[in-house]
Amino acid sequence: MNVFAEAFAWLFDPANWEGPDGIGARLAFHVVFSLAVVAGATIVALPIGVLIGHTGRGREPAVVVSGALRALPTLGLLTILALAMGLSVLAPYLALVVLAIPSVLAGAYAGVGGVSRTTVDAARAMGMTEGQIVLRVEAPLGLPTVIGGIRSAVLQVVATATLAAYIGGGGLGTYLFSGLKTGNYPMVLGVSMLIIALALVLDGAFALTQRLVVPEGVRVRRGTARLRSRPSRPRAAMG
Amino acid sequence: MIEFRGVRKQFPDGTVAVERVDLTLAPRSITVLVGSSGSGKTTLLRMVNRMVDPSEGQVRIDDVDVASVDPVKLRRSIGYVMQNGGLLPHRRVVDNIATVPVLRGEPKRAARARALELMDTVGLDRSLADKYPSQLSGGQQQRVGVARGLAVDPNILLMDEPFGAVDPIVRTELQDELLRLQRDLAKTVVFVTHDVDEAFRLGDRVVILRAGGVVVQDGTPAEILAAPADEFVGDFIGADRGRRVLRRANVGGREIVVDADGRPAGVLES
Repeated sequence: MNVFAEAFAWLFDPANWEGPDGIGARLAFHVVFSLAVVAGATIVALPIGVLIGHTGRGREPAVVVSGALRALPTLGLLTILALAMGLSVLAPYLALVVLAIPSVLAGAYAGVGGVSRTTVDAARAMGMTEGQIVLRVEAPLGLPTVIGGIRSAVLQVVATATLAAYIGGGGLGTYLFSGLKTGNYPMVLGVSMLIIALALVLDGAFALTQRLVVPEGVRVRRGTARLRSRPSRPRAAMG
Repeated sequence: MIEFRGVRKQFPDGTVAVERVDLTLAPRSITVLVGSSGSGKTTLLRMVNRMVDPSEGQVRIDDVDVASVDPVKLRRSIGYVMQNGGLLPHRRVVDNIATVPVLRGEPKRAARARALELMDTVGLDRSLADKYPSQLSGGQQQRVGVARGLAVDPNILLMDEPFGAVDPIVRTELQDELLRLQRDLAKTVVFVTHDVDEAFRLGDRVVILRAGGVVVQDGTPAEILAAPADEFVGDFIGADRGRRVLRRANVGGREIVVDADGRPAGVLES
């Protein structure tokens, strides 16, 4: 039996899915943990990104800080945090939040800042307050891009959340590290495929959400534009 | 009545957009601010609803300094129409028109009913009410913009190059429509354009501005045409060339009028 067949056999063996240490429980933990990380990053980065996008100020420092955060090696950060805070789930949580912040931040300021300034100017001239401009104009029009940022954060975090197991934090990474230690390569391969599938499913779900939140009035324009342009012309890919 | 008193605007980068302008705009008539780009006409217009605050001087509406009025409240009481309509792309036509009344707390249903009436007023078919701006032609979008500007029945209507982006035929149509509306509604209209023909066509009074925001002449179209204040104005309005200089010509015993290029402009009635 080759290693792929063994990996599938491991993955689809119902016995491996049961119990508190089974694939089911660890998959659930992995998903919940990843989404909690992205939620945390969103709580931090979204307001800042919206503010930057709305005011058009602070974009440069945001790019610099995002770049710096992105350059931080997550494993190194995780180790330092674990040394400082002990072997709890909090250390990987924080390390991954740091990883997720740049994507969410970039999506937020690009989405809000990308709304036509003419439209925003008109909204202001009609007598909308700044808060109303954000909520009623910039949010609905910028939402697809904002969700795009969250989407790429989810993708990164789901893949990287395996590191949580490195310091005993649980999740699907547990199989990865124990498999590597014991030379159980079918298990390593099986869980890797599972993580890839999970990433694809979550990414697909966010891609769908991104499409669904495009306001109808904007979607209609896309439709009209498509009718007018040559059929052979490739359509711009959605962000 | 709108009054500009010693109004000046200098932007942080040092450019002077408006240089000490004193103007009193007559109520219930159309005043057109005309000038090339960089003449401060839009800046001047936007001072009325505090989209721009002057660096010096005052803008007064009915003897109240606008600087003492909350900008949001002020803007909700003044109609504003801009190029391309400035419509909200994610809202249907009827909701675009009803935006300001809804902001002012009017119930949605009443605001929409009024929006439909306004569509009649500006010559839009009610079947367009549920369309999105992107589904309308440029001229239709512009009409929606005018309807939205009129939605709270403001005394003042500010129009910033509202017909700049449509083709000449539609522009003429929209200008006619505005003049018809003005006969019925008699608003105090401040209209900004760079097009002299449009200024002369619409303005009860025309204010000509020069680069740097200096008023060079201020009068009725006839006054300006009869006596341009200086060479700049003469040049700007084309008083010495093309279709503004008309002379008589005799063709087969009938007097006709031709322009500077000799092209017939019309027949002279005796």
